[in-house]
Amino acid sequence: MITTDILIIGAGPTGLFAVFEAGLLQLKCHLIDALGEAGGQCIELYPKKPIYDIPGFPEVLAGDLVGNLLQQIAPFQPGFTLGERAETLERTEDDFFIVTTNKGTKHKAKVVAIAGGLGSFEPRKPEIENIERFEDKGVAYLIKDPEQYRGKRVVIAGGGDSALDWSIFLAQIASEVHLVHRRNEFRGALDSVEKVIELKKAGKIKVYTPSEVNEIKGADTLEAIVLENVQTGLSTEISCDAFIPLFGLSPKLGPLSDWGLDIEKNAIKVDNTYDYQTNIKGVYAIGDVNTYPGKLKLILCGFHEATLMCQSAFQRIHPDKKHVMKYTTVGGVTGFDGSKKEAPKTVVKTLD
Amino acid sequence: MSDITLHITDRKGKQHTVQAPIDMNMNLMEIIRSYEIEIEGTIGICGGMAMCASCQCYIESDHSLQPPSDEEEAMLSEAFHLKENSRLGCQLHITEALDDLRVTVAPES
Repeated sequence: MITTDILIIGAGPTGLFAVFEAGLLQLKCHLIDALGEAGGQCIELYPKKPIYDIPGFPEVLAGDLVGNLLQQIAPFQPGFTLGERAETLERTEDDFFIVTTNKGTKHKAKVVAIAGGLGSFEPRKPEIENIERFEDKGVAYLIKDPEQYRGKRVVIAGGGDSALDWSIFLAQIASEVHLVHRRNEFRGALDSVEKVIELKKAGKIKVYTPSEVNEIKGADTLEAIVLENVQTGLSTEISCDAFIPLFGLSPKLGPLSDWGLDIEKNAIKVDNTYDYQTNIKGVYAIGDVNTYPGKLKLILCGFHEATLMCQSAFQRIHPDKKHVMKYTTVGGVTGFDGSKKEAPKTVVKTLD
Repeated sequence: MSDITLHITDRKGKQHTVQAPIDMNMNLMEIIRSYEIEIEGTIGICGGMAMCASCQCYIESDHSLQPPSDEEEAMLSEAFHLKENSRLGCQLHITEALDDLRVTVAPES
Protein backbone atom coordinates (compact mmCIF):
# COMPACT_ATOMS: atom_id res chain seq x y z
CA MET A 1 0.00 0.00 0.00
CA ILE A 2 1.38 3.40 -1.05
CA THR A 3 0.40 6.13 1.42
CA THR A 4 0.60 9.85 0.82
CA ASP A 5 -1.17 13.10 1.71
CA ILE A 6 -2.62 14.00 -1.67
CA LEU A 7 -3.09 11.30 -4.27
CA ILE A 8 -3.11 12.92 -7.71
CA ILE A 9 -4.64 11.06 -10.62
CA GLY A 10 -3.02 12.29 -13.82
CA ALA A 11 0.57 13.48 -14.23
CA GLY A 12 -0.04 16.24 -16.77
CA PRO A 13 0.98 19.86 -16.13
CA THR A 14 -1.86 20.50 -13.66
CA GLY A 15 -1.15 17.38 -11.60
CA LEU A 16 2.58 18.13 -11.58
CA PHE A 17 2.14 21.72 -10.46
CA ALA A 18 -0.17 20.55 -7.65
CA VAL A 19 2.88 18.76 -6.20
CA PHE A 20 4.67 22.09 -5.91
CA GLU A 21 1.80 23.91 -4.22
CA ALA A 22 1.25 20.97 -1.87
CA GLY A 23 4.96 20.89 -1.10
CA LEU A 24 4.91 24.52 0.01
CA LEU A 25 2.33 23.39 2.58
CA GLN A 26 4.52 20.42 3.57
CA LEU A 27 2.05 17.97 2.03
CA LYS A 28 3.37 14.94 0.16
CA CYS A 29 1.99 13.80 -3.18
CA HIS A 30 1.89 10.64 -5.24
CA LEU A 31 0.77 10.59 -8.88
CA ILE A 32 -0.87 7.83 -10.92
CA ASP A 33 -0.86 7.98 -14.72
CA ALA A 34 -1.92 5.49 -17.37
CA LEU A 35 0.91 6.61 -19.62
CA GLY A 36 4.45 5.37 -19.12
CA GLU A 37 5.86 8.83 -18.43
CA ALA A 38 4.77 12.09 -16.83
CA GLY A 39 3.50 15.01 -18.91
CA GLY A 40 0.03 13.98 -20.11
CA GLN A 41 -1.13 15.44 -23.41
CA CYS A 42 1.92 17.74 -23.54
CA ILE A 43 4.14 14.69 -23.93
CA GLU A 44 1.77 12.24 -25.61
CA LEU A 45 0.22 14.53 -28.21
CA TYR A 46 2.34 17.60 -28.83
CA PRO A 47 5.78 17.67 -27.13
CA LYS A 48 7.29 19.75 -29.94
CA LYS A 49 4.48 22.33 -30.15
CA PRO A 50 5.14 25.80 -28.76
CA ILE A 51 2.69 27.16 -26.15
CA TYR A 52 2.33 30.94 -25.98
CA ASP A 53 -0.01 31.52 -23.04
CA ILE A 54 1.94 30.32 -20.04
CA PRO A 55 2.40 33.46 -17.91
CA GLY A 56 6.01 34.55 -17.94
CA PHE A 57 6.95 32.35 -20.89
CA PRO A 58 6.61 34.17 -24.24
CA GLU A 59 7.06 30.77 -25.86
CA VAL A 60 7.72 27.34 -24.43
CA LEU A 61 7.60 23.89 -26.04
CA ALA A 62 5.09 21.59 -24.36
CA GLY A 63 7.83 19.05 -23.71
CA ASP A 64 10.06 21.71 -22.14
CA LEU A 65 7.23 22.93 -19.94
CA VAL A 66 6.87 19.42 -18.53
CA GLY A 67 10.65 19.20 -18.06
CA ASN A 68 10.60 22.49 -16.14
CA LEU A 69 7.70 21.35 -13.96
CA LEU A 70 9.48 18.11 -13.09
CA GLN A 71 12.54 20.14 -12.12
CA GLN A 72 10.41 22.55 -10.09
CA ILE A 73 8.74 19.77 -8.08
CA ALA A 74 11.81 17.54 -7.67
CA PRO A 75 12.58 18.89 -4.14
CA PHE A 76 9.17 17.63 -3.04
CA GLN A 77 10.01 14.07 -4.07
CA PRO A 78 6.67 13.03 -5.57
CA GLY A 79 6.01 9.32 -5.97
CA PHE A 80 4.80 7.97 -9.32
CA THR A 81 2.74 4.96 -10.35
CA LEU A 82 3.12 5.11 -14.14
CA GLY A 83 1.67 2.89 -16.82
CA GLU A 84 -1.30 2.02 -14.59
CA ARG A 85 -4.84 3.31 -14.75
CA ALA A 86 -6.74 4.28 -11.60
CA GLU A 87 -9.62 1.84 -11.52
CA THR A 88 -11.56 2.05 -8.24
CA LEU A 89 -12.10 4.51 -5.41
CA GLU A 90 -13.19 3.39 -1.94
CA ARG A 91 -13.63 5.36 1.25
CA THR A 92 -12.38 3.72 4.46
CA GLU A 93 -14.12 3.97 7.84
CA ASP A 94 -11.50 6.41 9.12
CA ASP A 95 -12.22 8.71 6.17
CA PHE A 96 -9.26 7.90 3.94
CA PHE A 97 -9.54 6.97 0.28
CA ILE A 98 -8.09 3.88 -1.33
CA VAL A 99 -7.48 4.03 -5.06
CA THR A 100 -6.59 0.77 -6.81
CA THR A 101 -5.10 0.61 -10.31
CA ASN A 102 -5.83 -1.89 -13.07
CA LYS A 103 -2.67 -3.72 -11.99
CA GLY A 104 -3.80 -3.94 -8.39
CA THR A 105 -1.50 -1.28 -6.91
CA LYS A 106 -3.23 0.28 -3.89
CA HIS A 107 -2.83 3.88 -2.78
CA LYS A 108 -4.14 5.44 0.42
CA ALA A 109 -4.62 9.16 1.02
CA LYS A 110 -6.83 11.60 2.87
CA VAL A 111 -7.29 13.65 -0.30
CA VAL A 112 -7.68 12.57 -3.92
CA ALA A 113 -7.14 15.17 -6.65
CA ILE A 114 -8.27 14.08 -10.10
CA ALA A 115 -6.17 15.88 -12.70
CA GLY A 116 -7.05 13.42 -15.41
CA GLY A 117 -7.31 15.80 -18.37
CA LEU A 118 -9.43 14.23 -21.07
CA GLY A 119 -9.11 10.80 -19.47
CA SER A 120 -6.62 8.00 -19.76
CA PHE A 121 -5.08 7.38 -23.15
CA GLU A 122 -6.26 4.10 -24.63
CA PRO A 123 -5.05 2.61 -27.91
CA ARG A 124 -7.36 3.17 -30.86
CA LYS A 125 -8.50 -0.17 -32.20
CA PRO A 126 -9.14 -0.60 -35.91
CA GLU A 127 -12.57 -1.84 -36.85
CA ILE A 128 -11.82 -5.33 -38.08
CA GLU A 129 -14.37 -8.03 -37.52
CA ASN A 130 -13.24 -10.56 -34.89
CA ILE A 131 -10.25 -8.48 -33.82
CA GLU A 132 -11.28 -8.66 -30.17
CA ARG A 133 -11.29 -12.45 -30.27
CA PHE A 134 -7.58 -12.41 -31.11
CA GLU A 135 -6.51 -9.88 -28.45
CA ASP A 136 -3.66 -11.43 -26.45
CA LYS A 137 -3.76 -14.32 -28.95
CA GLY A 138 -1.51 -12.63 -31.44
CA VAL A 139 -3.12 -9.19 -31.62
CA ALA A 140 -1.69 -6.40 -29.45
CA TYR A 141 -2.19 -2.63 -29.56
CA LEU A 142 0.84 -1.78 -27.45
CA ILE A 143 4.27 -3.33 -27.36
CA LYS A 144 5.13 -4.02 -23.74
CA ASP A 145 7.86 -6.61 -24.09
CA PRO A 146 9.57 -6.55 -27.52
CA GLU A 147 11.47 -9.75 -26.65
CA GLN A 148 8.29 -11.77 -27.11
CA TYR A 149 8.55 -11.06 -30.85
CA ARG A 150 12.02 -12.58 -31.20
CA GLY A 151 12.05 -14.99 -34.14
CA LYS A 152 8.36 -14.29 -34.86
CA ARG A 153 6.58 -13.14 -38.01
CA VAL A 154 5.13 -9.72 -37.21
CA VAL A 155 2.66 -7.48 -39.08
CA ILE A 156 2.53 -3.84 -38.00
CA ALA A 157 -0.18 -1.46 -39.23
CA GLY A 158 -0.03 2.31 -39.05
CA GLY A 159 1.78 5.29 -40.53
CA GLY A 160 3.02 7.31 -37.58
CA ASP A 161 6.15 7.40 -35.48
CA SER A 162 5.35 4.39 -33.35
CA ALA A 163 4.61 2.16 -36.38
CA LEU A 164 7.90 3.24 -37.97
CA ASP A 165 10.02 3.02 -34.84
CA TRP A 166 8.72 -0.40 -33.83
CA SER A 167 9.17 -1.73 -37.39
CA ILE A 168 12.79 -0.59 -37.25
CA PHE A 169 13.34 -2.11 -33.82
CA LEU A 170 11.61 -5.41 -34.50
CA ALA A 171 13.46 -5.81 -37.82
CA GLN A 172 16.50 -6.69 -35.71
CA ILE A 173 14.89 -9.50 -33.71
CA ALA A 174 11.77 -10.73 -35.52
CA SER A 175 12.08 -13.25 -38.35
CA GLU A 176 9.80 -11.18 -40.60
CA VAL A 177 8.44 -7.64 -40.32
CA HIS A 178 5.57 -6.51 -42.54
CA LEU A 179 4.47 -2.87 -42.39
CA VAL A 180 1.01 -2.00 -43.71
CA HIS A 181 -0.17 1.58 -44.22
CA ARG A 182 -3.16 3.04 -45.95
CA ARG A 183 -1.22 5.73 -47.76
CA ASN A 184 2.09 5.85 -49.55
CA GLU A 185 3.32 8.64 -47.26
CA PHE A 186 4.38 8.07 -43.69
CA ARG A 187 4.11 10.66 -40.94
CA GLY A 188 7.20 10.41 -38.83
CA ALA A 189 10.60 11.80 -38.04
CA LEU A 190 12.62 12.04 -41.24
CA ASP A 191 15.40 9.76 -40.03
CA SER A 192 12.87 7.06 -39.08
CA VAL A 193 11.35 7.19 -42.57
CA GLU A 194 14.83 6.95 -44.12
CA LYS A 195 15.77 4.03 -41.89
CA VAL A 196 12.63 2.15 -42.94
CA ILE A 197 13.47 2.76 -46.60
CA GLU A 198 16.96 1.38 -45.95
CA LEU A 199 15.59 -1.72 -44.20
CA LYS A 200 13.05 -2.16 -46.97
CA LYS A 201 15.83 -2.15 -49.58
CA ALA A 202 17.80 -4.64 -47.46
CA GLY A 203 14.75 -6.91 -47.41
CA LYS A 204 14.36 -6.67 -43.63
CA ILE A 205 10.97 -4.94 -43.72
CA LYS A 206 8.26 -5.59 -46.29
CA VAL A 207 6.14 -2.50 -46.86
CA TYR A 208 2.57 -2.64 -48.17
CA THR A 209 1.06 0.67 -49.29
CA PRO A 210 -1.58 1.86 -49.88
CA SER A 211 -3.13 -1.05 -48.05
CA GLU A 212 -5.37 -1.89 -45.16
CA VAL A 213 -5.73 -5.03 -43.06
CA ASN A 214 -9.34 -6.08 -43.24
CA GLU A 215 -9.44 -9.67 -42.09
CA ILE A 216 -7.86 -11.77 -39.36
CA LYS A 217 -7.64 -15.53 -39.69
CA GLY A 218 -6.92 -18.24 -37.15
CA ALA A 219 -8.54 -21.19 -35.42
CA ASP A 220 -7.74 -20.26 -31.85
CA THR A 221 -4.73 -17.99 -32.09
CA LEU A 222 -3.78 -15.65 -34.93
CA GLU A 223 -2.50 -17.44 -38.04
CA ALA A 224 -2.76 -14.90 -40.84
CA ILE A 225 -4.06 -11.49 -41.82
CA VAL A 226 -5.54 -10.45 -45.13
CA LEU A 227 -4.77 -7.03 -46.49
CA GLU A 228 -6.27 -5.21 -49.39
CA ASN A 229 -4.51 -2.72 -51.62
CA VAL A 230 -6.94 0.21 -51.51
CA GLN A 231 -5.98 1.33 -55.02
CA THR A 232 -6.08 -1.95 -56.91
CA GLY A 233 -8.49 -3.84 -54.65
CA LEU A 234 -6.15 -6.84 -54.69
CA SER A 235 -5.99 -8.96 -51.54
CA THR A 236 -2.87 -10.52 -50.06
CA GLU A 237 -2.75 -13.04 -47.24
CA ILE A 238 0.22 -12.92 -44.90
CA SER A 239 0.91 -15.77 -42.48
CA CYS A 240 2.01 -14.30 -39.18
CA ASP A 241 2.36 -14.84 -35.43
CA ALA A 242 1.63 -11.28 -34.38
CA PHE A 243 -0.48 -8.39 -35.63
CA ILE A 244 0.18 -5.02 -34.03
CA PRO A 245 -2.08 -2.15 -35.14
CA LEU A 246 -0.53 1.15 -33.99
CA PHE A 247 -3.09 3.90 -34.63
CA GLY A 248 -2.28 6.17 -31.73
CA LEU A 249 -4.09 6.72 -28.48
CA SER A 250 -7.32 8.45 -27.67
CA PRO A 251 -8.38 9.66 -24.24
CA LYS A 252 -11.31 8.05 -22.44
CA LEU A 253 -12.75 9.12 -19.11
CA GLY A 254 -12.98 5.39 -18.37
CA PRO A 255 -13.43 3.94 -14.87
CA LEU A 256 -13.63 7.42 -13.27
CA SER A 257 -17.15 7.67 -14.58
CA ASP A 258 -18.21 4.87 -12.19
CA TRP A 259 -16.92 6.55 -9.03
CA GLY A 260 -20.21 8.28 -8.24
CA LEU A 261 -18.93 11.67 -9.34
CA ASP A 262 -21.25 14.27 -10.76
CA ILE A 263 -20.40 14.20 -14.47
CA GLU A 264 -21.55 16.61 -17.14
CA LYS A 265 -20.38 16.64 -20.76
CA ASN A 266 -17.51 14.19 -20.12
CA ALA A 267 -16.16 16.34 -17.29
CA ILE A 268 -16.46 16.31 -13.48
CA LYS A 269 -18.55 19.07 -11.89
CA VAL A 270 -16.76 20.97 -9.16
CA ASP A 271 -17.34 23.89 -6.80
CA ASN A 272 -15.52 26.69 -8.58
CA THR A 273 -16.59 29.29 -6.02
CA TYR A 274 -14.24 27.77 -3.46
CA ASP A 275 -11.88 24.83 -3.83
CA TYR A 276 -12.69 22.68 -6.89
CA GLN A 277 -14.09 19.91 -4.71
CA THR A 278 -16.42 17.37 -6.33
CA ASN A 279 -19.68 16.03 -4.92
CA ILE A 280 -17.57 13.49 -3.00
CA LYS A 281 -16.00 15.38 -0.10
CA GLY A 282 -12.22 14.96 -0.13
CA VAL A 283 -12.15 14.28 -3.86
CA TYR A 284 -11.18 17.28 -5.98
CA ALA A 285 -11.01 17.66 -9.76
CA ILE A 286 -8.58 20.13 -11.33
CA GLY A 287 -7.50 21.04 -14.85
CA ASP A 288 -9.14 19.91 -18.08
CA VAL A 289 -11.08 17.13 -16.36
CA ASN A 290 -13.41 19.45 -14.44
CA THR A 291 -16.25 21.70 -15.45
CA TYR A 292 -18.02 24.73 -13.96
CA PRO A 293 -19.67 27.81 -15.42
CA GLY A 294 -17.15 29.62 -17.58
CA LYS A 295 -14.62 26.79 -17.51
CA LEU A 296 -11.66 27.16 -19.86
CA LYS A 297 -9.44 24.19 -20.58
CA LEU A 298 -6.15 26.04 -20.30
CA ILE A 299 -2.97 24.96 -18.55
CA LEU A 300 -2.82 28.27 -16.74
CA CYS A 301 -6.32 27.74 -15.33
CA GLY A 302 -5.27 24.26 -14.17
CA PHE A 303 -2.37 25.81 -12.24
CA HIS A 304 -4.75 28.16 -10.44
CA GLU A 305 -7.18 25.37 -9.64
CA ALA A 306 -4.35 23.19 -8.30
CA THR A 307 -3.24 26.00 -5.99
CA LEU A 308 -6.67 26.52 -4.43
CA MET A 309 -7.23 22.78 -4.17
CA CYS A 310 -4.05 22.44 -2.08
CA GLN A 311 -5.19 25.08 0.42
CA SER A 312 -8.45 23.21 0.93
CA ALA A 313 -6.65 19.86 1.09
CA PHE A 314 -4.42 21.25 3.85
CA GLN A 315 -7.46 22.12 5.96
CA ARG A 316 -8.89 18.68 5.42
CA ILE A 317 -5.65 16.92 6.33
CA HIS A 318 -4.82 19.22 9.27
CA PRO A 319 -8.17 20.56 10.51
CA ASP A 320 -6.66 22.01 13.69
CA LYS A 321 -3.55 23.63 12.27
CA LYS A 322 -3.33 27.36 11.75
CA HIS A 323 -1.90 28.37 8.42
CA VAL A 324 -1.40 31.42 6.24
CA MET A 325 -0.23 31.50 2.67
CA LYS A 326 3.41 32.51 2.40
CA TYR A 327 5.08 33.99 -0.69
CA THR A 328 8.01 31.99 -2.03
CA THR A 329 9.95 35.27 -2.10
CA VAL A 330 9.54 35.34 1.69
CA GLY A 331 9.58 31.72 2.72
CA GLY A 332 11.73 30.27 -0.05
CA VAL A 333 11.26 26.63 -0.98
CA THR A 334 12.27 23.91 1.45
CA GLY A 335 12.28 20.51 -0.17
CA PHE A 336 11.60 17.18 1.50
CA ASP A 337 15.06 16.24 0.23
CA GLY A 338 16.63 18.78 2.60
CA SER A 339 17.28 21.33 -0.15
CA LYS A 340 16.53 24.96 0.55
CA LYS A 341 16.10 27.71 -2.00
CA GLU A 342 15.61 31.29 -0.84
CA ALA A 343 16.14 34.86 -1.90
CA PRO A 344 19.66 36.12 -1.15
CA LYS A 345 19.78 38.45 1.87
CA THR A 346 19.92 42.14 1.08
CA VAL A 347 23.17 43.80 2.03
CA VAL A 348 22.65 46.68 4.47
CA LYS A 349 25.64 48.91 4.69
CA THR A 350 26.26 52.58 5.24
CA LEU A 351 27.69 54.46 2.29
CA ASP A 352 30.67 56.46 3.41
CA MET B 1 -21.51 39.97 -44.38
CA SER B 2 -20.07 38.51 -41.21
CA ASP B 3 -22.03 35.27 -40.92
CA ILE B 4 -22.32 32.28 -43.19
CA THR B 5 -24.73 29.36 -43.04
CA LEU B 6 -23.57 25.80 -42.46
CA HIS B 7 -25.59 22.59 -42.64
CA ILE B 8 -24.15 20.05 -40.22
CA THR B 9 -25.44 16.51 -39.75
CA ASP B 10 -24.42 15.15 -36.36
CA ARG B 11 -23.28 11.61 -35.54
CA LYS B 12 -26.83 10.57 -34.78
CA GLY B 13 -28.05 11.80 -38.14
CA LYS B 14 -29.79 14.96 -36.93
CA GLN B 15 -29.43 18.02 -39.14
CA HIS B 16 -28.44 21.42 -37.80
CA THR B 17 -28.42 24.62 -39.81
CA VAL B 18 -26.26 27.17 -38.03
CA GLN B 19 -24.76 30.61 -38.51
CA ALA B 20 -20.99 30.85 -38.37
CA PRO B 21 -19.07 34.14 -38.05
CA ILE B 22 -16.31 34.72 -40.57
CA ASP B 23 -14.57 37.38 -38.49
CA MET B 24 -13.83 35.34 -35.35
CA ASN B 25 -10.90 33.26 -36.64
CA MET B 26 -12.91 30.07 -36.15
CA ASN B 27 -12.79 26.70 -37.82
CA LEU B 28 -15.49 24.12 -38.48
CA MET B 29 -14.60 22.03 -35.41
CA GLU B 30 -14.99 25.09 -33.20
CA ILE B 31 -18.35 25.93 -34.75
CA ILE B 32 -19.56 22.40 -33.96
CA ARG B 33 -18.34 22.77 -30.38
CA SER B 34 -19.77 26.24 -29.93
CA TYR B 35 -23.25 25.02 -30.89
CA GLU B 36 -22.68 21.83 -28.84
CA ILE B 37 -23.70 19.73 -31.83
CA GLU B 38 -21.57 16.88 -30.47
CA ILE B 39 -20.88 15.99 -26.84
CA GLU B 40 -18.01 17.99 -25.39
CA GLY B 41 -14.94 15.79 -25.03
CA THR B 42 -15.75 13.75 -28.13
CA ILE B 43 -14.69 16.33 -30.69
CA GLY B 44 -11.64 18.57 -30.97
CA ILE B 45 -9.72 16.55 -28.41
CA CYS B 46 -6.30 17.85 -29.44
CA GLY B 47 -7.68 21.38 -29.54
CA GLY B 48 -7.28 21.87 -33.28
CA MET B 49 -3.67 20.89 -34.00
CA ALA B 50 -4.55 18.18 -36.57
CA MET B 51 -3.17 15.67 -34.08
CA CYS B 52 -6.25 13.57 -33.46
CA ALA B 53 -9.05 12.82 -35.88
CA SER B 54 -11.94 13.45 -33.52
CA CYS B 55 -13.29 16.26 -35.73
CA GLN B 56 -13.28 14.27 -38.97
CA CYS B 57 -16.15 15.35 -41.23
CA TYR B 58 -17.44 14.29 -44.63
CA ILE B 59 -17.88 17.18 -47.04
CA GLU B 60 -21.16 16.66 -48.88
CA SER B 61 -21.56 19.79 -50.95
CA ASP B 62 -19.34 20.57 -53.93
CA HIS B 63 -17.56 23.58 -52.47
CA SER B 64 -14.01 23.97 -53.64
CA LEU B 65 -11.94 23.87 -50.46
CA GLN B 66 -8.31 24.57 -49.74
CA PRO B 67 -6.51 21.23 -50.21
CA PRO B 68 -5.40 19.55 -46.97
CA SER B 69 -1.98 20.43 -45.60
CA ASP B 70 0.64 17.69 -45.19
CA GLU B 71 -0.18 17.52 -41.48
CA GLU B 72 -3.89 17.07 -42.13
CA GLU B 73 -3.22 14.54 -44.87
CA ALA B 74 -0.98 12.55 -42.54
CA MET B 75 -3.49 12.56 -39.69
CA LEU B 76 -6.30 11.51 -42.02
CA SER B 77 -4.17 8.62 -43.20
CA GLU B 78 -4.37 7.18 -39.69
CA ALA B 79 -8.03 7.97 -39.12
CA PHE B 80 -10.76 5.36 -39.07
CA HIS B 81 -14.01 5.57 -41.09
CA LEU B 82 -12.08 7.40 -43.79
CA LYS B 83 -13.86 8.35 -47.01
CA GLU B 84 -12.84 10.18 -50.17
CA ASN B 85 -14.51 13.33 -48.86
CA SER B 86 -13.03 13.20 -45.36
CA ARG B 87 -11.53 16.37 -43.88
CA LEU B 88 -10.54 17.49 -40.40
CA GLY B 89 -13.00 20.12 -39.21
CA CYS B 90 -10.27 21.94 -37.29
CA GLN B 91 -8.39 22.61 -40.52
CA LEU B 92 -11.34 24.21 -42.31
CA HIS B 93 -11.19 27.90 -41.63
CA ILE B 94 -14.56 29.64 -41.69
CA THR B 95 -14.59 31.99 -44.68
CA GLU B 96 -17.22 33.29 -47.08
CA ALA B 97 -16.26 30.52 -49.49
CA LEU B 98 -17.79 28.00 -47.07
CA ASP B 99 -21.27 29.56 -47.17
CA ASP B 100 -23.95 26.87 -47.46
CA LEU B 101 -21.41 24.08 -46.82
CA ARG B 102 -23.01 20.71 -46.10
CA VAL B 103 -21.08 18.29 -43.85
CA THR B 104 -21.62 15.20 -41.72
CA VAL B 105 -19.58 14.53 -38.61
CA ALA B 106 -17.74 11.19 -38.88
CA PRO B 107 -18.35 8.52 -36.20
CA GLU B 108 -16.38 8.66 -32.97
CA SER B 109 -13.42 6.31 -32.78
